Amino acid sequence: MKIGPKSGLALALAAAVGGSFLTPRLDAYFLNILIDVGVNIILAVSLNLINGYAGQFSLGHAGFMAVGAYTAAGLSTLVSANLLARFHGFEHSCWAFGCFLLALLAGGLLAALTGFLVGAPSLRLKGDYLAIVTLGFGEIIRVLLQNFESLGGARGLSGIPPWATFGWVYGWVAIVIFTVLALVHSTSGRGFLAVRDDEIAAQAVGINTTQYKVSAFVIGAFFAGIAGGLYAHSKQFISPEGFGFMKSVEIVVMVILGGMGNTAGVILAAVVLTLLPEVLRPVAAYRMILYSLLLIVMMLTCPRGLFTALGERAKGWLARPKNGGPP
Amino acid sequence: MIVAESPILALEQCTVRFGGLTAVSELDLQIGGHELLGLIGPNGAGKTTVFNLITGVYPPAAGRVRFRGHPIHGLPPHAIAARGIARTFQNIRLFKSLSVFDNVRAAFHPPLFQGMASAWWRGREFYAEDARVSAQVREVLGLFELDKLAGTLAGELSYGDQRRLEIVRALATRPQLLLLDEPAAGMNPAEKARLMKWIQFIKDKHQTAVLLVDHDMQVIMGICERIVVLDYGVKIAEGTPAEVRRHPRVIEAYLGEDHVGD
Ligand SMILES: Nc1ncnc2c1ncn2[C@@H]1O[C@H](COP(=O)(O)OP(=O)(O)OP(=O)(O)O)[C@@H](O)[C@H]1O
Ligand SMILES: [Mg+2]
Repeated sequence: MKIGPKSGLALALAAAVGGSFLTPRLDAYFLNILIDVGVNIILAVSLNLINGYAGQFSLGHAGFMAVGAYTAAGLSTLVSANLLARFHGFEHSCWAFGCFLLALLAGGLLAALTGFLVGAPSLRLKGDYLAIVTLGFGEIIRVLLQNFESLGGARGLSGIPPWATFGWVYGWVAIVIFTVLALVHSTSGRGFLAVRDDEIAAQAVGINTTQYKVSAFVIGAFFAGIAGGLYAHSKQFISPEGFGFMKSVEIVVMVILGGMGNTAGVILAAVVLTLLPEVLRPVAAYRMILYSLLLIVMMLTCPRGLFTALGERAKGWLARPKNGGPP
Repeated sequence: MIVAESPILALEQCTVRFGGLTAVSELDLQIGGHELLGLIGPNGAGKTTVFNLITGVYPPAAGRVRFRGHPIHGLPPHAIAARGIARTFQNIRLFKSLSVFDNVRAAFHPPLFQGMASAWWRGREFYAEDARVSAQVREVLGLFELDKLAGTLAGELSYGDQRRLEIVRALATRPQLLLLDEPAAGMNPAEKARLMKWIQFIKDKHQTAVLLVDHDMQVIMGICERIVVLDYGVKIAEGTPAEVRRHPRVIEAYLGEDHVGD
């Protein structure tokens, strides 16, 4: 039996919520890592829509994550500080559920709006402007937050309610994967790839390339904002330092390692790169050096992504190809 | 003027400059609604620049472009394409990492937001639309004998097939005017013969006006009803193939190159 994409999404959401009931039995440390993995999957899969499928090099994903994180955390700390005192049992009521959903969506939407404001002017320009603009944007957000005392300034914002459970995080993982795949596997979504391959040819068949690029950018920023909100409500503490340039680079490395425009590979890369520092504790300190080396080696040896290359080889081993490449 | 019916496209005194270089100079050009017009001239004469001018890649420094009576100069390329002008490129531009099928499918893209909403929701109408587009893509591919290659990546096609795919992709936008920039370049005689047959077919069956640029005089003289000759961005001659071939300024412009025709 073949499962349609919508049933697939429903199943995945059910599994995420079901999994939530099992997680209290898990070791807290392990659960934490699972949630980190989920947040990074959301970040990497959404950046892949921008960098991989639409071919626009963004270096500001952590900036959008920060917008979402601070918006959602600001709203939920405000609400819970006021309501928690008055209503007994607020935390476990469906009100908390609704508040969290609204806070997350507010964070996602504000990140998307920010994405539009940053992307609309710079995506008209060609080439590497976007990389530079987004890099600058990420730094501006970080510095602004450092000086924003009502959100904790450089000390960070603490006392965020611990609402981001396994079910929440993996529910959103399911939604972002579904969204990206559903878009890309459609006639209009192929337009993202067309724009990436050749902008002038895309325009010549009537594709409004700016509109496509901005859309990919805004959708990617939305999910980065959601990931930020989830991150804030699992760590219960956020500070501007957590959303710096290095975080953006980390997400870019996941996309490049997984293979631009290869969602399965990017998910795998997010999992591996999140677990690696945990497994190899002594290496963790040299993480950024490792990433940089990885980037250089990758670009030289398999620019289409390690996991894309490995996947193709595995396919070749499994089924001796008749002829030609994949459809 | 040979154009009896009102022209589908009219360039009026169009000039395009690149810095100090005037690539197209005060050009007047008209194409009839069902005409197959040839545009020739030596290397660097400004033929590709005329295509880029018509399709909005470069706006004219002076002059006007009218399509079906409406001015289109200053519109962005995608808007001009949407109005019914399609083109191919001298240096082939395909979506290399996409399949032959998807290259043509790109021409059937719906309005973005509507398309994305429908793709996300995946209702019955999405699958119906998807099936409709697939059928249309297969149909055009079939007309040009590319259906067997539907799954192949465009970047892996042979040179001749790439040229053919570019024409098919342009045709899939259902243009009223098709601009072909050196479609015969790099083709062998058999492929050229087929190309000429196809261009005739496009013009007759699809009721499309065609503006054809090529250096291959056999192709140009063989199928064009009327020919315009450019040299240094200036129109130096215009007329039937027989008239153009005898025109003294054409012979002069082509002196040193192969002689025109036969
Ligand atoms: N983008 C550009 N910037 C500067 N100069 C250009 C540009 N495009 C074309 N030119 C110049 O304009 C002139 C006309 O070029 P164009 O490509 O239109 O010629 P063409 O008739 O298509 O020649 P060919 O037969 O070689 O294709 C040439 O001198 C060329 O160098
Ligand atoms: Mg040319």
